[in-house]
Amino acid sequence: MFDPVALPFIFAALMGVSILLYVVLDGFDLGVGLLFPFADEDERDRMIASIGPFWDANETWLVLAIGLLLVAFPVAHGDILTALYLPVAVMLIGLILRGVAFEFRAKAPLGHKKPWDVAFWAGSLMTALSQGFMLGMYVMGLEWTWAKVGFATLTAGALAVAYSFIGAGWVILKTDGALQRKAVDWAKGGIWGIVLGMGAVSAATPLVSQRIFDKWFSFPEVALLAPLPLVSGGLVVALWYVLRRLPMEEDRLAWFPFVGATALMVLGFCGMAYSFYPYIVPEQMTIWEAASSTEALSIILVGTLFVLPVILGYTVLAYFIFRGKATKLSYD
Amino acid sequence: MDTLLLSRIQFAANISFHILFPTITIALGWVLLFFKVRFNRTKDRKWMDLYMFWVKVFALSFAMGVVSGITMSFQFGTNWPGFMETVGNVAGPLLAYEVLTAFFLEAVFLGIMLFGASRVPGWLHTMATTLVAFGTTMSAFWILVLNSWMHTPAGYELVDGVVVATDWWAIIFNPSMPYRLVHMLLASGLTVAFLIAGLSAYRWLRGDRAPAVATGLRVGVMLGAVLIPIQILAGDMHGLNTLEHQPQKVAAMEGNWETQSHVPLLLFALPNEETRSNSFEIGIPSLASVILKHDPAGVVPGLNDFVAEDGTVMHPPVAPVFWSFRVMVGIGMAMLVVAWAGVYLMWRRGADALPRPYLWGLTGMSFAGWGATLAGWYTTEIGRQPWLVQGVLTVKEAVGDIASGMVLSTLIAYLAVYAVLLAAYIGVIFHLARRGGVLYEPVASPGMQPVTRAGVHPAE
Ligand code: HDD
Ligand code: HEM
Ligand code: HEM
Repeated sequence: MFDPVALPFIFAALMGVSILLYVVLDGFDLGVGLLFPFADEDERDRMIASIGPFWDANETWLVLAIGLLLVAFPVAHGDILTALYLPVAVMLIGLILRGVAFEFRAKAPLGHKKPWDVAFWAGSLMTALSQGFMLGMYVMGLEWTWAKVGFATLTAGALAVAYSFIGAGWVILKTDGALQRKAVDWAKGGIWGIVLGMGAVSAATPLVSQRIFDKWFSFPEVALLAPLPLVSGGLVVALWYVLRRLPMEEDRLAWFPFVGATALMVLGFCGMAYSFYPYIVPEQMTIWEAASSTEALSIILVGTLFVLPVILGYTVLAYFIFRGKATKLSYD
Repeated sequence: MDTLLLSRIQFAANISFHILFPTITIALGWVLLFFKVRFNRTKDRKWMDLYMFWVKVFALSFAMGVVSGITMSFQFGTNWPGFMETVGNVAGPLLAYEVLTAFFLEAVFLGIMLFGASRVPGWLHTMATTLVAFGTTMSAFWILVLNSWMHTPAGYELVDGVVVATDWWAIIFNPSMPYRLVHMLLASGLTVAFLIAGLSAYRWLRGDRAPAVATGLRVGVMLGAVLIPIQILAGDMHGLNTLEHQPQKVAAMEGNWETQSHVPLLLFALPNEETRSNSFEIGIPSLASVILKHDPAGVVPGLNDFVAEDGTVMHPPVAPVFWSFRVMVGIGMAMLVVAWAGVYLMWRRGADALPRPYLWGLTGMSFAGWGATLAGWYTTEIGRQPWLVQGVLTVKEAVGDIASGMVLSTLIAYLAVYAVLLAAYIGVIFHLARRGGVLYEPVASPGMQPVTRAGVHPAE
């Protein structure tokens, strides 16, 4: 079988990758939902068309992430989810609302389209806010005190704005004309959410625990870590520069806001992973303390190694089939 | 109310809501494939019309299934942390395989199946449809393996109170799995058969004479007529299997208190747990012995065998199991009568001259499959109480330590959302039937659409 010390590490890495994929992929379609109130009816149809073929598969990464937490770290799973009971419930109801509103708005009687659009927006907002809230609570060590809840409220808002930024990037990539120009304006507003959110988490993380503080500010770590904030800062400047010039001739650089936003999220995630490793429940339980039996993990790993490349393969196929500017969704 | 009871109600509410939609999508995926293949073969437009109508129902049901399923997967951690802590070594890999082999498959190919017809070659579209149908069936397989294992655990040992897998073959092919899988897949087929027949009848009654309507009626009734006898047989075998592994459940289903021979089949009874007897009963003498033991003198176990020395009751609550079993079987019998009456009428008069009362009857039974499926699950799951995993873990041991007020508030929120969504779902399905499946949006021409790429798309 596999090495009992390496296995929990591999699973933590797999879980990290699926959370990251989730945040980027569902991030953009949640973002599109958040931007709904700013668009008119035709624009909404087009925005929906741009995410229609993808949203379901995007959410499956959340199911995989929570599944891996559940199966690989059963003890931590219970601790984390019972501590986050209420925000999880808000998120689930949000996900339900937006997932079904998506279908209902196209199929319900004409007069009902508006309310379903509102449900789509509200569901996206509930999901984004609760995820941001959970992020903040996690960083703060899952304790419910006023100060920590206050911080989590801040990250809730920041993540929602960050999602709308990546959503706007997606709309810029997948549409053209007036809607694309509008999306550029949305992106210009949203970029500040990313700056604020990443800034707040970065400022707070080292203050939560001495261990993390030392991990950041001792030599040589501080030199090795320096590229993270520097590259992020550079990206923000580049994004701002490009956004002020979009849209360009022949749609040049229309991909850049989306890719730049993705890169920012990846960088932020790496920073967090570095800080919290090797803990899965911050400062309380390491990945080795929480892991399932070696035998169970091995069984899952074998399957994962076979299946994950196939999943990635057909995911790429789907994005390839639906490449290019979004066209009207129809079942023919 | 305490956290345990509230968590149970919440879990039951969520899974009852969830299971409604997989029950439709599992079989409807295959039926859509059938429509599509028929169209490819015959080029008869009515098959395409059927496909186009039912693919909308499928898309809507799938979305409902996915979002309520996500809720399910979080419930384990939020409400039943003891479950994974005790049996995680078995349940974990099974759930992981469900996500890996089924969920991604369906989710990715669903996009291609729904919106890809004009973008990919015909064979790839047919393949996507096949893979989606296969994916839903696979997820039913894995989750039922887990659920069956919870009823009839095998292939494990207990080490320090934690379940450790010893034989994966025995875990997957645990004693009740084949029966449960077959019974559930047939339940899904029947649900879809009656939904198709019922909605087609409704369209006919409203004067819609499109060729697809009569064909849909025929497909639905025929499918129902073929599946229901098989289901009754499968259900009977399932019951025999349960008698072997969970006799207390069968005793509750039969409302039988004492272990004895010549046990009657009760048609109606009022089981009373205070007096430990039935206050009132009407039954057919010896029939339960005949069904369960194939012998009128066969001895059938009774509930009183499942009371411990100290008086602790180790059998499930009797009345709910007794009644939900009867609801399921009753609906099954109604399905038998209605489906075969339909076959007879069609044979005598043709699918386009069915009497109106019969058509109204079919319309009324559009969602009969849901009723039987839920009743069946209630029989199975309540029949397992007080165990969560038979003989290994009780429900009480698994519940999480959360304030009951918190559970109550989320329960109310879920119930409110589910009530609205269920009403909207049924409303929209009948609305689609009234419009013959045509959406308001100008549907693009059925021909090929050019694939537009970045930059070359004309401004709109
Ligand atoms: C993988 C596990 C699993 C699966 C596939 C199902 N159940 Fe279940 N069910 C449970 C795991 C479980 C449980 C965790 O074991 C519960 C929660 C509390 C309890 O009493 O058992 C339960 C309880 C439970 C109850 C409450 C019983 C009581 O508290 O007396 C109902 C009504 C259902 N379930 C219904 C269903 C339905 C309609 C299902 C169809 C999909 C279903 N179950 C599948
Ligand atoms: C406790 C039990 C259950 C859990 C935790 C669960 C979990 C889930 C989840 C997370 C999804 C969404 C997957 C996606 O993103 O595509 C889902 C969908 C699905 N589930 Fe369940 N489920 C349970 C019970 C069942 C049962 C008993 C069946 C079948 C007999 C079933 C069949 C399906 C199917 C076919 C889908 C695909 C979506 C659809 O067709 O609507 N599930 N389930
Ligand atoms: C009329 C004859 C039928 C018989 C004799 C029968 C028998 C049974 C039995 C004995 C069980 C309990 C299994 C256990 O011990 O856990 C069961 C469960 C169930 N039944 Fe039926 N059944 C019948 C008809 C139906 C119909 C018509 C449907 C749906 C359309 C249905 C759907 C279910 C479901 C979903 C379950 C729970 C899953 C399972 O345990 O298989 N049944 N049935």
